[in-house]
This record gives sequence, structure tokens and C-alpha cells, in this order.
Amino acid sequence: MHRTKVRIVEDALDANNTIAEANRADFDRADVAVVNLMSAPGAGKTTLLERALPELGVRVGVLEGDVQGSMDADRLASLHIPVTQLNTDAGFGGECHLDANMVRSALTSLPLEDLDLLVIENVGNLVCPAEFRVGEDSRAMVVSVTEGEDKPLKYPLMFRTCELVIVNKLDLLPHIDFDLDKLLYNIDAVHPGVQTMLVSARNGGGVTQVAEWLAAVGDRAGAVA
Amino acid sequence: MHELSLSGAIVNTVVKHADGRRVSVVNLRVGRLRQVVPDTLEFYFAFVADGTVCAGARLEQELVPAVLGCHACENQWEIDFPVFRCPGCGTGEVDVVSGEEFEVESIEIEEDACIAQR
Repeated sequence: MHRTKVRIVEDALDANNTIAEANRADFDRADVAVVNLMSAPGAGKTTLLERALPELGVRVGVLEGDVQGSMDADRLASLHIPVTQLNTDAGFGGECHLDANMVRSALTSLPLEDLDLLVIENVGNLVCPAEFRVGEDSRAMVVSVTEGEDKPLKYPLMFRTCELVIVNKLDLLPHIDFDLDKLLYNIDAVHPGVQTMLVSARNGGGVTQVAEWLAAVGDRAGAVA
Repeated sequence: MHELSLSGAIVNTVVKHADGRRVSVVNLRVGRLRQVVPDTLEFYFAFVADGTVCAGARLEQELVPAVLGCHACENQWEIDFPVFRCPGCGTGEVDVVSGEEFEVESIEIEEDACIAQR
């Protein structure tokens, strides 16, 4: 036997990125803008979408990523918008994130031609989803005040990869020991200048600006086409 | 926990380049900003590699320091803590010079001498 060294120098995530680019090309052909919405489990992504999507004024659909179940998809389907559930447990080994290939497998079940905006609600997780591009135009995340002020410092990759950070559950502030300024300071330290929005999906506070941001992303795709 | 997903990405990359040949060593460059735990990655790599040409291969990880560069004052510095503001001039106009790498640098393969010429 003989041992040979073979130089490769390839990003290990290149394969995923190549599929993400193919997804992006399909989205572009259909003039659909795509937002990858991420957060820790229970930060309030679905509740925020329930509140914000009816206000949009653009044609929106949702690709709902969960390890199991269709609870979130069922909630959003009641808004009478196209919703496709993608479970990562069947065939994907219970992955804790959506990757480009999983999203690709769901493309045929999405009415892309009828949409201006597709929101991909990723699996709740602050680590893996940040690593895997899925073909999105924009990345946004939700962080809730019950998670603690230190989360940007613990999960910098996630906070750095998003162009919008939505701080949710502001209605709980009177009941908890939480320093909002400290969270905003930490967000800015990890991702200087990133746009932030203060929201309570529960009582509707600040939801309009999230809806406006989403609608603007949807309009952007139309403007480019 | 992302080490499991990342192990899958490493193995797929190596299998693509190994061309069916048995791999004994995988040399990986990992940037500090990737927040990879080396021992955990090694553990999952062995698990995911099983049943592929990487089975039993040693994973060598070169950790690349996180270095930032400032647009405004051209300062460059290494960080241990994720603060992306220039300590010199205080602006947030910084680039990551290194530390985001996650690349398979090379592999070492075992093959019969007669086909070693390829």
C-alpha cells in the first residue's frame, strides 16, 4: 500500500451552497423573494407570522420547517395562505435545521408562480440553521426577552448572519429581570449596525414594522425582475 | 450539536474527492468563529464516516485564529470574544480576515502502488 496526499481546499459546505444557488435560481425565475426566519425554539416565530402576514399586502407563502408535526403549519394555514410543512425527521434523520437539499425537495409543492414572498420558518435552533444557506435573499431572526441578554455573545454566528434582529415578547418585560439595553448592546457588539425591531407578537406592538420589512423584501424581488 | 451536521458535510466532501479510494487522514481547517468543539467534531466524524471510504480515518483539525480588520484605521487584531468593533477607533466597519474557515484542506489516501501514479 502507498499513501498519497491529495490537496483539496474546499469549503465543506460547498455542496450545500451549490444546491442553495439552484434554489435561488428557481426562486428568481418565479420572481419570489425568500426570507429565512430563524430563532431558538419558542421565541415566537409562528405567532409573529400569524400577526404580521395578514398585514403584508404582497402574496406570501410559508415553508414551515419542524423536526416533527404540523402544528405551526396548521396555525398559519388558517390565514388562508399557501403553507407547506417540511419535517426533518422523515428521511433526514431528525435534522435540527433546514438545509438547501431539504428546501429543494419541497419546491414542487410550493405555488411559487403565485407568490411575491416566501417565508421559510426554519427549525428552532440558534446554531445549525446559521451554517446552512437554503437559497434565501434575506435572513432575519427572532430573539425573545426570556432568553437572556447574553445570547448574541453565545451564538454570534447566528446574530452576524441576519440582517434583521426582531426582539420579541416585550410585553413580558415588567415581569422578568431582563436588561433590554444590554441585549441591544450585545447585538451591536456582535453585529455592529444591524437593524433591530422591538416587538410583542402577543399584543401586536411593533408587528407593523416587521410586516413592512417583509413586504419590502417581497417588493424588492418584483423590482429586480 | 452542529458538529453532527458538519461531520456529514466533511464526509460528503471527502467522498467526492476520494474517488472510491480508502482515506486514512482528513486535514481540516476550522476557523475559531465557527464555534466548533474539536472533540465533539472528532466523535461525530467517526460516527458519520463509518461505512464510507473515510471509515477509521483520522481527522486532523487546524484551528485558524479569528482575526478582524478595520476599514477605517486599517488596524488588524485577533479576538477571543465575539466583539466586532475596532478597539482602536471604535467603528463597526470591520471585516473578518480569518476565522470563518471550514474547509477540507487535504486528504491522505491509501492505494496500491500500481495506481499511485494517477
